[in-house]
Amino acid sequence: MEQQEFTITAYTENHVGLLHRITIIFTKRKINIESLTTSESETEGIHRFTIAVTETEETVQKVVKQIEKQVEVLKAGYYKKKEVVQQELALYKLRTDSLTNGLEVERIVREHGARFLTIEKEFVVIEKAGYKRETKALFDELKTYDIIEFVRSGRIAVSREQYGLGRQVAELLATEVV
Amino acid sequence: MGTVEAPTKKKSDNSTKTERISGSEAVARILAEEGVEIAFGYPGGAIMPVYDALYDHQDEIQHVLARHEQGAIHAAQGYARASGKVGVCLATSGPGATNLITGIADAQIDSTPLVCITGQVASSLLGSDAFQECDVIGISMPVTKWNYQVTRAEEIPEALAKAFYIARSGRPGPVLVDITKDAQFDQLDFRYDKCTHLRSYVPVPKLDHSKVKEAAELINNAKRPYVLFGQGVILANAEDEFKQFIEKTGIPSAWTIMGLSALDTDHPLNVGMLGMHGNYGPNLLTNECDVLIAIGMRFDDRVTGNLSKYAKQAKVIHLEIDPAEIDKNVKTEVAVLGDAKESLTELIKHVKPNSHDEWLQKFRDCDKLEHEKVIQEELNPTSDILSMGEVIKLINKYTNGDAILVTDVGQHQMVACRYTKFNKSKSNITSGGLGTMGFGLPAALGAALGEPDRKVICVVGDGGFQMTLQELATIYQTQAKVKVLLLNNEFLGMVRQWQQLFFEKRYSSTELINPDFQTIAKGFYIPTNKVTERRNLEEAIKEFVESDSAYFLEVMVGKENNVFPMVPSGSGVAEIRLE
Ligand SMILES: Cc1ncc(C[n+]2csc(CCOP(=O)(O)OP(=O)(O)O)c2C)c(N)n1
Repeated sequence: MEQQEFTITAYTENHVGLLHRITIIFTKRKINIESLTTSESETEGIHRFTIAVTETEETVQKVVKQIEKQVEVLKAGYYKKKEVVQQELALYKLRTDSLTNGLEVERIVREHGARFLTIEKEFVVIEKAGYKRETKALFDELKTYDIIEFVRSGRIAVSREQYGLGRQVAELLATEVV
Repeated sequence: MGTVEAPTKKKSDNSTKTERISGSEAVARILAEEGVEIAFGYPGGAIMPVYDALYDHQDEIQHVLARHEQGAIHAAQGYARASGKVGVCLATSGPGATNLITGIADAQIDSTPLVCITGQVASSLLGSDAFQECDVIGISMPVTKWNYQVTRAEEIPEALAKAFYIARSGRPGPVLVDITKDAQFDQLDFRYDKCTHLRSYVPVPKLDHSKVKEAAELINNAKRPYVLFGQGVILANAEDEFKQFIEKTGIPSAWTIMGLSALDTDHPLNVGMLGMHGNYGPNLLTNECDVLIAIGMRFDDRVTGNLSKYAKQAKVIHLEIDPAEIDKNVKTEVAVLGDAKESLTELIKHVKPNSHDEWLQKFRDCDKLEHEKVIQEELNPTSDILSMGEVIKLINKYTNGDAILVTDVGQHQMVACRYTKFNKSKSNITSGGLGTMGFGLPAALGAALGEPDRKVICVVGDGGFQMTLQELATIYQTQAKVKVLLLNNEFLGMVRQWQQLFFEKRYSSTELINPDFQTIAKGFYIPTNKVTERRNLEEAIKEFVESDSAYFLEVMVGKENNVFPMVPSGSGVAEIRLE
């Protein structure tokens, strides 16, 4: 089976150490996690892991089952590239004086749908959200202006189904007797 | 185990009453409330408050002082496996906790319910590399079903309630609760409610009746159906349902080493052992059945051999409690998720009475061949050299299959499991998934304390015995009636066998120049005997089995005997070798 890009999503309790427990499942099989993001979810008190990997579907299925098996995980699932709307956020720090040679950088920023987050005396910070290839394209263009710092966030994604896993989590919680 | 206990949480008025006590006193009371009668462990600085509290609870909770934390945890495992209860193990921080890890990993892979409680340095010192500080939460995470660090006394009741619930429910497993020393000393307003439910945790998946019907349909139409059963049958207490199911359908059934004793060895449908050193027919015919019904087993690679040559012709039905096991190693046609007892009860209703005499005869024919080529000589050797098999045969003669068998790891383990007779479940205790040498002796101690009315026979090799033989002291101190049978071949036999077969007899570091085991056992005040010749064997075994105390019997067996049949690693099950 061929490797492809997958986004794994898990809805979990907010428990110290769960991050470690989940990453162990990947290290055990020597799978490289491309990015991992934890955040709140649409449901109060429930956390959400978003994990990006390139793997075979069969392996991803097995990993997802192992994740869901963890006591503090409510639901876990995976999506192929086409099944999610996904974004990453990138920040680029450049010297302010690199802008002074004409309007080049401003043009690039505009063309890429990026924006200046801040303009200081010594440096500027440009922000761009998008797919990895888009933030990478901007990086390649800005490279000639001497990027002082660059960082890209992990992937975040929501499913293209009307109701994703979140609905199942909500249903599960609704059956809870309080 | 599967059965979720009925909710006991009563919201009566007095349940809101609390009492002000220390964290360590809370630990002791919770153990008592959870019905813990025996705890195994070893004290040290960071767990001393708990030991101090246990001093006041000695009538309710017996503490067994092992001689090494590894001994304590294997004893807790043996206790849990024999009694079906949760094993409890206590240790101090740092080295105490790290010494538990092998046993925790063993319990995790063999689904044994354990609650481990470790002391930890004071919460103010966490992360400072304090004396005997060690990140036991981090270290134990990959090998526990769940773990938690308590840093405040008030957390103790909820953490331990969860620990017991998680350890024993669903697919059982080890949990660890690490308690900082200040949390043990501090006071809390104590009240205890057992945990019976966690919103994020589904211990037993809901049975899907349509899957049961699909499975029944496949079984009803099968020409050569074949059942493989594992420990899931034992953990679900489903032995009776299992027997009804195979008797109604007439399906030949083979066991994994973890499933051994779930079905009487003499049952006509019990066709024997699966796996690398299993029986000939059960391995060979895996590749001839048309429907393979796996019940509470997980297709370990020691059972399947090379997966690309495993049961490719068969439609696979998998009755399993853990969804993560489905399709993990072998692709399933119909997965019936749920507790084996419930699944089998339903399945029995939908299967038609049947018999498969011709198919069963194939197993008998294989048995005949295996008998001629292997078993006959193993059980009745023609040479003067004693074999492991003939020793086990005599053990059977005097136990009548009533004893609990605890084995260590190696050739003796395979021989004991192959030839021991069982007529009662929960009677075979061995390290299956992890293959932990040193498991046997302490596990036997735990089993003997868990089932004091049953005979416990502990079969060990001269290698593994030396890994945990210090626990003879614990056997002496507790007066547990463990009968230790040392099958001494003066080699790390199993490794030597591989060297002989696959490494051109290059016996690299497998020969053992041994101490005088008789003197050792005597030093621990345990009655001993040693057999070097056949004419003394039966008498010695009779005395060994019938003695009413602990006993140490050493039998000198062939130095270079091999265990057969064998599926060489990397080969398919049908490539099983008889010689
Ligand atoms: C802790 C541990 N270390 C190493 C091994 C590898 N191993 C498996 S069987 C075996 C030999 C066991 O020898 P012995 O206890 O004498 O038993 P025999 O095979 O001779 O019956 C070894 C070294 C193991 N299973 N466990």
